[in-house]
Amino acid sequence: MFRLEARSSTPAWFNLALPLLAIVATLVLCSGLIALAGAGVLESYGVMFTASLGDSYAITETLVRAAPMIFTGLAVAVAFRAKFWNIGAEGQLLAGAVASCFVGAIPMPGPLAMLLMALAGAAAGAAVALVPATLRVRFKVDDVVSSLLLNSVIYYALMALIEGPWKDSFSGYPISPPIEDSANFPVLIEGTRLHLGVVVALVAAPLIWFLIVRTTLGFRIRVTGENPEAARYGGIHVERVLLSTALLSGALAGLAGVGEVGGVHFQVMSDISPGYGYSGIVVAMLARLNPLGVVPAAIFLAAVMTGAEAMSRATGVPAFLSDVIQGTALLAMLVALLFTAYRIRRVGAVS
Amino acid sequence: MSAPLIEMRGVTKSFGAVKANEAVELIVAPGEILGLLGENGAGKTTLMNILFGAYAPDAGEILIQGQPARITSSADALAAGIGMVHQHFHLAPRLTVLENLLIGIPGRSGRIDRAGGLARLAEISRQYGLTLDPDLPVSALSVGEQQRLEIVKALFRGAKLLILDEPTAVLAPSEVDGLFSALRSMAAQGLGIIFISHKLNEVRALTHRCTVLRHGRVAGRVDDPANTTSAAMAELMCGHEIVPPARGPSTPGAEVLKLDGISTSKHSGTALRDVSLVVRAGEILGIAGVSGNGQRALAEVISGVRAPNAGRMAIAGHDVARFSPREVQALGLGRIPEDRMTTGLVTNLPLADSMVLPRIGTAAFSAKGLLKPDAIRAFAEEQIKAYDIRCPGPMVRAGALSGGNLQKALLARELAFDPKVLIVSQPTRGLDIGAARFIHEKFLAMRAKGCGIIVIGEDLEELLVLCDRIAVMYEGRIAGTLASADATVARLGLLMTGAEGHG
Repeated sequence: MFRLEARSSTPAWFNLALPLLAIVATLVLCSGLIALAGAGVLESYGVMFTASLGDSYAITETLVRAAPMIFTGLAVAVAFRAKFWNIGAEGQLLAGAVASCFVGAIPMPGPLAMLLMALAGAAAGAAVALVPATLRVRFKVDDVVSSLLLNSVIYYALMALIEGPWKDSFSGYPISPPIEDSANFPVLIEGTRLHLGVVVALVAAPLIWFLIVRTTLGFRIRVTGENPEAARYGGIHVERVLLSTALLSGALAGLAGVGEVGGVHFQVMSDISPGYGYSGIVVAMLARLNPLGVVPAAIFLAAVMTGAEAMSRATGVPAFLSDVIQGTALLAMLVALLFTAYRIRRVGAVS
Repeated sequence: MSAPLIEMRGVTKSFGAVKANEAVELIVAPGEILGLLGENGAGKTTLMNILFGAYAPDAGEILIQGQPARITSSADALAAGIGMVHQHFHLAPRLTVLENLLIGIPGRSGRIDRAGGLARLAEISRQYGLTLDPDLPVSALSVGEQQRLEIVKALFRGAKLLILDEPTAVLAPSEVDGLFSALRSMAAQGLGIIFISHKLNEVRALTHRCTVLRHGRVAGRVDDPANTTSAAMAELMCGHEIVPPARGPSTPGAEVLKLDGISTSKHSGTALRDVSLVVRAGEILGIAGVSGNGQRALAEVISGVRAPNAGRMAIAGHDVARFSPREVQALGLGRIPEDRMTTGLVTNLPLADSMVLPRIGTAAFSAKGLLKPDAIRAFAEEQIKAYDIRCPGPMVRAGALSGGNLQKALLARELAFDPKVLIVSQPTRGLDIGAARFIHEKFLAMRAKGCGIIVIGEDLEELLVLCDRIAVMYEGRIAGTLASADATVARLGLLMTGAEGHG
């Protein structure tokens, strides 16, 4: 018989080992589904790997997909550090996309347009995140529910926009007018889609890490999240910290939308985000809320997404496997987190 | 002689490199009250957790009425007739007394056996003098009544051995007497009791024998606690002699804290009603009272987390205007909270973070919004050394420290900045003699340096040793103030129950 016993301390190598363990467990669990679909497990994972990380073009594609999830992952990691349960990165991303598309369609010099797109997108995301945060601080409304439900509100507002005023009168498709060519983010490697936004995302991660670990705001976020009562007695304005965190989190999620508009789609359509906001939660948890860990976690999920499509074409396993892997990875990580606080002990063996 | 109720032989338990228990022998006979003594970290809790099935021992055996027993869960322990009353109660507040008793007890054909439960409760009440209203919800019970319910719960499940972990820490003196007479009556009727406490006068008054643990081993046994001095027992626990601190004559100076007609709303707990008091530099004022008589509101107002409805407060001659923690701290208030874990420290973050928490925005630890990690670390390291805080280093998780070391860390963090006035709640609750002694010495040293200290406490002996004056709170008011030279436990106890009296 086995039982859980509380740990007195957590070894440092756990921080690295746990996500890796969770990923291995996920792949093992999902191999059963691949086998059920009638394909070879190793072959399928092999196709996934080569298609996502096998050559330099594949790597750039994976990075392009990873960029929005780095931003949403950072958004969620920052929010969860303060125990502001922002499940609304999806809606904040969409708001950022709409705002940046609106700005990008206005003729002006390219660099200025890009800067204003980023500012507008970040501001829109922050404004959306402020809603559940304000509701919580003022009226004690549960932020999980309010931030989650707000996603639908934003999504249908976006739909109304592209089905209505923004509708393409020429083709009749529900897509927004494109942004100006000059506002398109520059491509960094000829022949790929690797755009400037990807680099910004990669730079954002260490910046956010610095903010959390080395600034007084980061200190206040951490303390507020871990023990709001001690924070309050220690002279920290807990409500203000929560609102600041929401602004920061929403702005980061908004930037995810900016990158998709400026660097990938150059316009807004209904499926601009295949759930990058929700994937951000998986990314943040895999990263154990460490902003530096967000980058590899986002790249892993991006590789799964790009790889799953190729695998589907090559072996006939439905591409939905990518969603299953994501979900399983989150569950596996949550289980793995248990082992930071507990250990398994065998009991009953007579000594 | 009949077989002992319980016998632990050679029990050993290690956590990593730390031996929490080593070859511990412990015997409780029917009708016996055994005191289990030891400093924090001596291994009392681990030993009791082994007995109650939470940990499996690495070696050794447990005999119940002479038969070897294997206890691997609390269910096993209950089945073997072992009941435990923890310091923190495990009760469902919205359910009634009877419902709490019946939790987990299957009735016939899935129905709750209310009549049977009532009968059994009545029997236990009569047998041991533990009366409880079966239909009151637990949330309506006082702390003492909740504890009584925990004891009844254990007896209800057929406990023959009752473990009580510091049961008197939460009780008023009058409630302690009631508890002791119930425990004596249980022992007289053949139950065995293990009584864990730091309060040696209680141990001497109640127990028949004592087992003393030190560093996980049995340091000694006391066969006649009533005729053994507290000093001798303390020496067994600590391994060296303990001398109580001497409080020199007081030379009070200027008023460092003044409350004038403070009243609060009944937000949580008892409201303050027209409370006026003064603490002068170089004096220690004690606030005595049964818990729940407004002490919490008083501490919250002084700490600046709650604004009063009426009245004024001044720190070192400056009026407090906005009642924020930052404001009172800037005026020179230091604070040692009642509950270290919830309002003092951040258990999941490094110790260093907790040690700089109230002053993180000051120039000592940050500049232009950037932390000074080296300064934070150096400060924490310096205090760890100065206060002999036992820990692996400043970056260890604060929650990994023992209560005594956490209290030292909080003390270090406040005293490092020379507060003009210090508010302290239950400063030595749950601490062992050595740690308590250290804390008392620090308070007296601060007093000598001209700091005004206000100590909110329930341990009257402690207040009498420490304080120059003692004010008693009753139902949100100051019922009376005594100079500690005139104060006795009896006089204070009378004021605590609301009897009129003015010192």
